[in-house]
Amino acid sequence: MTRARALLIVPLAVFVGIVVLLYSGFGLGRADLLPSALVDKPFPDFELPTLAGEPPRRSRDDLLGEVRLVNVWATWCPTCAAEHDELARITGETGIGIVGVNYKDDPNAARAWLAERGDPYLFHIIDAHGDLGVDLGVYGAPETFVVDAAGVIRFKQVGAVTADTWRDSIAPVVASLQAAAP
Amino acid sequence: MTGRMVLGITALCIAATLSSASVVDAYDFDDPALEARYRTLIAELRCPKCLNVNIAGSDAPIASDLRRAVRRMLEEGRTDQEILAHLQDRYGDFILYNPPLSPATVLLWATPAVLILVGLLVLRRLGSRRDAVELTEDERAKLDALGAEDP
Repeated sequence: MTRARALLIVPLAVFVGIVVLLYSGFGLGRADLLPSALVDKPFPDFELPTLAGEPPRRSRDDLLGEVRLVNVWATWCPTCAAEHDELARITGETGIGIVGVNYKDDPNAARAWLAERGDPYLFHIIDAHGDLGVDLGVYGAPETFVVDAAGVIRFKQVGAVTADTWRDSIAPVVASLQAAAP
Repeated sequence: MTGRMVLGITALCIAATLSSASVVDAYDFDDPALEARYRTLIAELRCPKCLNVNIAGSDAPIASDLRRAVRRMLEEGRTDQEILAHLQDRYGDFILYNPPLSPATVLLWATPAVLILVGLLVLRRLGSRRDAVELTEDERAKLDALGAEDP
């Protein structure tokens, strides 16, 4: 008798279990942020025109030698405008070199954008059709990569670099890489 | 509900899940076999920006870039496996609608089998219990007495 009654609770318990499981999914973070498949893999090869035009082209070799940030941005991306000042502050305070990837953008609009807001980057390469973007696993702008002196990707930030993300997740990676370098 | 109605509703439900979205920008392939492989691949690849759409059915710019990348690799003569691996290296398991069995996905693959097993066990229990419900005259009398006490 009590056994049968106990069994009646089973469907309710299973239902509650599923509700708890699915509800806890909300706390797992944003579903639109994919895990970074490229971390600890070499930055892909490229040879692309520069936004400044001088030198006309840059390649992967121009990234090597120091820890760098590679920032994928575009003028059509409002979040890129929001993070621009933060990138300027970071490079001003830490001296880390930032390389821009102008992603699927109009180069003239991009030059005007930089002329208006200032250009804290080392240089910009033009990824007009997003081919380097596909090689980098980019699925939106902005995205920012930490690349070590040997050209290996060590961290990927999807979305804006803010004072908080810099302090909490990016700066520690950069510091440990710079400490490890000779 | 008649059996025919049930069948019809089931067929409608299945048809709704199969309605594949159309390709937004069609590429011309010289080789029909290549085009067939292209269509299969873009149906199997998930758009990284739009979560629940394949790159065949999405008009997001990134989906268009990925379709172009798939076409380029096909024309370079790469195999389907190489193309899927190339994109998986960059975008992770997320991009595959047919994810490989790995420690992270074992729950995904095992859950349906476990649920079927549980269902079969429950069915067996219910089946065996049905034989035991016959009451003797004596028991029936006791039961009636209990029912009389408890309004």
